[in-house]
Amino acid sequence: MEVIVEVEHLKKSFGKHIAVKGVSFNITAGEVFGLLGPNGAGKTTIVRMLTTLLLPDSGRATVCGYDVRRQAARVRQCIGYVPQALSVDGALTGYENMMIFAKLLGLKGRERERRIAELLHFMQLDDAAGRLVRTYSGGMVRRLEIGQAVLHYPRVLFLDEPTVGLDPVARRGVWEILAKLRRTSRMAILLTTHYMEEADTVCNRIGILNRGEMVVTGTPEELKALVGNPDASMDDVFTYFTGNFLDAGGDFRGIRQVRHISRRLG
Amino acid sequence: MESDRFATSVAASVEPAAKSGGTVLQALTDMLVIIEMELRKLRHEPTELFTRAVQPVLWLLIFGQAFSKVRAFDTGGVTYQTYMTPGILSQSVMFTAIFFGLSTIWERDMGILQKFLAMPIPRAALVLGKALAAGVRALSQVTIIFLLAAITGIPLHWHPALLSAAAGVVILGAVFFATLSMIIAAIVKTRERFMGIGQLITMPLFFASNALYPISIMPDWLRVVASVNPLSYMVDFLRGALVTGQLTNWQADVGVLLVACILATAVGTYLYPRIVA
Repeated sequence: MEVIVEVEHLKKSFGKHIAVKGVSFNITAGEVFGLLGPNGAGKTTIVRMLTTLLLPDSGRATVCGYDVRRQAARVRQCIGYVPQALSVDGALTGYENMMIFAKLLGLKGRERERRIAELLHFMQLDDAAGRLVRTYSGGMVRRLEIGQAVLHYPRVLFLDEPTVGLDPVARRGVWEILAKLRRTSRMAILLTTHYMEEADTVCNRIGILNRGEMVVTGTPEELKALVGNPDASMDDVFTYFTGNFLDAGGDFRGIRQVRHISRRLG
Repeated sequence: MESDRFATSVAASVEPAAKSGGTVLQALTDMLVIIEMELRKLRHEPTELFTRAVQPVLWLLIFGQAFSKVRAFDTGGVTYQTYMTPGILSQSVMFTAIFFGLSTIWERDMGILQKFLAMPIPRAALVLGKALAAGVRALSQVTIIFLLAAITGIPLHWHPALLSAAAGVVILGAVFFATLSMIIAAIVKTRERFMGIGQLITMPLFFASNALYPISIMPDWLRVVASVNPLSYMVDFLRGALVTGQLTNWQADVGVLLVACILATAVGTYLYPRIVA
């Protein structure tokens, strides 16, 4: 199996607060890896280090074989990234958002137009392509963002809380897109989530993160088997491995952020 | 299934579409795309271009007309209103550009900036592209002040070459102040602190320049400040191009503005990614 993301003893502190305490894991091609944990567990910090937005304090991480610290420019060429907040420009149309990204990703001419059309279709946004994004629903915005992030056919896609604040229907829409990507491409996908159902439905491997530490990794079935109950829910799995309830971790900042995103999504 | 055309394409491609990357040409292309993005946004929301014009119009029509009657210092044979026109143009461009960094903070909060920083785009292209877009926006102020001058009969030198040179220097000035603004945004990181700093520095920059009165009538200490203030050089060039028609100091004016832009872009390129840290 081709390893796309390799993380060894990664650490990051903000002042006295240790956000990530020596985390290790691998992601292989074609795999959807879910980082599951409550708000403040260090999920976003890990994603930001892997996407070159934040320098690790120590440890090693390679993406597509490139070191995130020393070969950041190379890493940026082979990744797609959808941040947690809604990151498309409301003052541009869906098509324009795609087009600007395609140009910045170095796509040219007919190939650029072909991929934009192909992805707008894949994300079921053909009809809305000419509308300003500010008129889109939350689910449409998310699908557009994923479309932008895979225009250059990256080898790994990072999704930070892709369905936070979405209503159940829109959430399912995003899951369908991810399932389709997983079924048909060799793209590795890392997604963070604090929704058990999401981890169970979308991911084929899960790492449970608690207070900056990776508690356990495995397929949903493996984790349930470790708990000793094949019918265990992901909630049970999380509680079993951390001694905590998943809901217990949300700090003030995390809650405020989720509310903020939900509000923007309408 | 037809909607899986994308997936088929992905499956068929072994390597991601790598950008040729790293070349100066590529950086310039990226910069142009950033400018294109900003202009497209402007096309969808053009109101900003008009609201920008309100302040300079008030300065010129009310303040300028009233003070034309005072004659406190030598304006070189033109009315005070004419004398101050280049100053007001520069001031209004500076005032708008100095708050440009606010959009950087907003884009950070929205996650837009994070996405751009995780893309294969040179940081300098990102900073300079944004700043040049602010420069292009400033042309709306140029247009409106020229129109106002034409309507109210402020006797500017209507020479096409001089007008174009003036527009070029306005862009240069806007690039400098917009980059300065992005530097401030990267340092203070929050909207509230940014607004505080922005308001703190705009008035001193305005008053410690030759926008409203010549440097020669200033006390010594203020002359020193005015002579290191890039706004003074912008005003000096515009006054030469639009009022006297003689570009006596143009090398110094353009030189100082260019150096200021290069320094600000270098610092901005270094600090810009830190706004997300």
